[in-house]
Amino acid sequence: MNRQIVKLFAFIVVLFGVLVGFTSYWSVFDAEALKEKNANKRPLLEAQQIPRGRILAADGTVIAKSVGKGRGAEKQYVRRYPEGSLFGHPIGYSFVRYGNSEFEKFHNEELVGEDNEFSSILDELTGGTQEGNDIVTNIDTEAQRTALADLEEAGFGAVVAIVPQTGEVKVMASNAPYDPNRVPEEYGKLATNDIETPLLNRATQGLYPPGSTFKVVTAAAGLESGTITPETTINAPGTLDVEGTPLQNDFNEDFGPIALDTALTNSVNTWFGQLAQQVGQDELFETMEKFGFNATPAIDLPSDEVFDSGVYEDEHLLHRNDPVDLARLGIGQERLLATPLQIAEVVAAIANGGKLMKPQIWKRVIDADGRVVEKLDPSVYSEPVSSETAEELTTAMEGVVSEGTGTNAAISGVPVAGKTGTAETPGNLACGGGAEENQAWFMGFVPADDPQIAIAASVECTEQFGNDVAAPIFRDVAETILNGE
Amino acid sequence: MRSARNRELFALVPVAMLLTAGFAAVFAQENTKLGNLSLIYGAYFLAICLATHIFLRIRLPDADPYLFPLMATLTAFGLVMIYRIDESLARDQANWFVLGLVLFCLTIYFLRDYEVLERYRYTIAVVGLLVLLAPRLPGIGQQVNGAYLGVKIGPLAFQPAEFTKLAIVVFLASYLREHREVLIVGARRVLGVTLPPLKHFGPMLVVWGASMFMLVFIRDLGSSLMFFAAFLALLYVATGRFSFVVIGMAMFLVGAWFFASTVPHVHDRVEIWLHPYNDPQETGYQILNSIFSQADGGLFGKGFGQALITIPGTNDTLLPAAETDTIYALIVNEVGLFGACGLILTYLLITARGFKVALLASDGFSKLLATGLTAVFAIQAFVIIGGVTRVIPLTGVTLPFVSYGGSSIVANFVLLALLLLVSDRARREAAEFAGTVPMGAPA
Repeated sequence: MNRQIVKLFAFIVVLFGVLVGFTSYWSVFDAEALKEKNANKRPLLEAQQIPRGRILAADGTVIAKSVGKGRGAEKQYVRRYPEGSLFGHPIGYSFVRYGNSEFEKFHNEELVGEDNEFSSILDELTGGTQEGNDIVTNIDTEAQRTALADLEEAGFGAVVAIVPQTGEVKVMASNAPYDPNRVPEEYGKLATNDIETPLLNRATQGLYPPGSTFKVVTAAAGLESGTITPETTINAPGTLDVEGTPLQNDFNEDFGPIALDTALTNSVNTWFGQLAQQVGQDELFETMEKFGFNATPAIDLPSDEVFDSGVYEDEHLLHRNDPVDLARLGIGQERLLATPLQIAEVVAAIANGGKLMKPQIWKRVIDADGRVVEKLDPSVYSEPVSSETAEELTTAMEGVVSEGTGTNAAISGVPVAGKTGTAETPGNLACGGGAEENQAWFMGFVPADDPQIAIAASVECTEQFGNDVAAPIFRDVAETILNGE
Repeated sequence: MRSARNRELFALVPVAMLLTAGFAAVFAQENTKLGNLSLIYGAYFLAICLATHIFLRIRLPDADPYLFPLMATLTAFGLVMIYRIDESLARDQANWFVLGLVLFCLTIYFLRDYEVLERYRYTIAVVGLLVLLAPRLPGIGQQVNGAYLGVKIGPLAFQPAEFTKLAIVVFLASYLREHREVLIVGARRVLGVTLPPLKHFGPMLVVWGASMFMLVFIRDLGSSLMFFAAFLALLYVATGRFSFVVIGMAMFLVGAWFFASTVPHVHDRVEIWLHPYNDPQETGYQILNSIFSQADGGLFGKGFGQALITIPGTNDTLLPAAETDTIYALIVNEVGLFGACGLILTYLLITARGFKVALLASDGFSKLLATGLTAVFAIQAFVIIGGVTRVIPLTGVTLPFVSYGGSSIVANFVLLALLLLVSDRARREAAEFAGTVPMGAPA
């Protein structure tokens, strides 16, 4: 019988081998696929067990932190946002049930501490628990507060403030705001509010007609392409016939032959319409694209939560070969839509001598032991204009604030360069369909001779002009930032 | 003479250390500061094992030195896992462990001449099968997950199938010892297949009937599978006829197929096994979460006390029956693939030592008894680990010595006692036959 016993043992060895094989399959080889299954609640529950790192403002104000309760395997962490709605945009939220959004989503890996394969294996061996990193942002608490307070007074809209030389985002405010702490209780209400759309970051997802702020881009294209010099004059009549539809100046004012300074100071439509036609579509689109249009801004926010700016036909972006009304595009009309972030990038590039830096909200990543793991290294996105062009545009934009359409942006003792914009949006359903609704803009930077901050402010659904409603926001935010330094 | 027992003694020390370390790990997880309680538990465990060891030194000086420490390893591991799930369950389990050892000692004390079992083989078989009926008796029967597995009389609950498996093995070993010659000689070839003689076909039908009966009447799919597999293993070892095994397997499969298509409970188990994702929240919940739990463990596991058994903040279970049926999934979750391989290796070592006892035994009954006991033990481990890893349908048998459950612990310690009884005599006879003092492990 001994031979049979040995064979039986061999058979049992095979059976146990099968068990080892199946266990290996589930626990190692198929583990990743199993973690993706909808029926598997563990990844979600485990995400709750990781102490996610804090998010801090530049001054150390805690924007987001994780609070733990329970102990052992039962321990779980919940995200808290001590400042409520102040940083709802652009920080977003992070809750197991509702996922992550905005900054929380983009920087998820750093925040949960998924550094690299080696250290996670080391953690497993030593039984160390995963700990998240803190992230310090560039956000200026006081300026953010000022921007949001001003917006809440002015109407729905957004403010973006960028340090021109580094791309550091100091302010990104969007009205209507929301308090991320309330997402778990009120997600449905927040997500279905189609009028206030509080979960929409208007700074990155608000697509608005940029109006006259875009004239700076047209002027940049004219100067860069050599079509004009600052001295070149173009005759600017009160009305211009463009493809059968008249293009008019405000009050049909006839300016006669004027150069760039005068044209920008008075925001002369017929002048820029003709300039755009002279520059041509190729050159204009090239300059636009260098400023960041027709592409997703290189900011540290999830790409599906940052919209591209450009000429839209339905849901699609038009390119340089598509038929476009150049004259109207040159004054920021046509079907051109831009986000406040995009307009802030335009003005930041000019403030930085023609170099557009990648806008970044984060500044540095700090691990659980307090070591700086990673630091923002400012990088150039593109060089839309030369430093000479930037200087010439700055001069023209100073005229806008000192004697032109943007006088409300003036700050005593500090030279300001800027440009207003007022796009008529009659019948805009989002504004209630009124006939007198405008999209009001102001973009600018201070000090004009030594730029420290570039700001774009935009207000929806207002009956007022850019100078009345957007320029004061610019001024308040700029003053807060200048005073804070 | 004493060298076997010395090996046993040395092997017990690391087991006690393992238990101490395991408890310490769970304490470290549960409490912020590490008390000396884990040391006390370790010391208790070592003391109980030492007492048993001294008893073995006196009663069975030549018995296999590795079986007891290996089983103690499993028990220690099981205690730590159960403690990690629920402190009070671990206390129960520790009591069962002590009771199991008492029965272990009593078995060794009273059954020194275990041949007496042969004399009562029919009584044992009939009693073994009759107690299977108990769970369906009104008043004392219990239904768990649609299966009638338990009996509850007052505060005492037990699962008769755990004891029936011993009765069946004893009966078969005895019956086959007597009839194996006729089964071999009387076999004839019909259409190229070697059939056993009809006259001695009886026990085969009885065991087959008992298995089918369990499948249908008490709905214990796992035990039914386990019984029949043990029976086939014994039949094969006794006769050396592989064709008998094939016939037996065919009979079982036909019966199982018939019942799988007619009895809803059996049919459901098979459906869940094949298509767990059809109803992931209800019927497929246990097997799916058992697999998700393993996926969560990875190579090294999450560490003692780190795996999720309930949904944090609630009492909703995430791994149903973690202390019994799915304890293996929890083990993979906490100690990973490596730990699970260690566990399977421990079962394999026990199986190897058990078969070694059978190889050494000189008489047929001892050989078949040791083979049957070892086989039923190994197959039980396979049935439940295989169920949890979706090799076969998940059924409610316990993981021997590891799962929570008094009947299982006690019955398996009696099994171990019988194995050691066979081993002691076999090794002494082998030594006497060789005319030398045995050098520890037999060659």
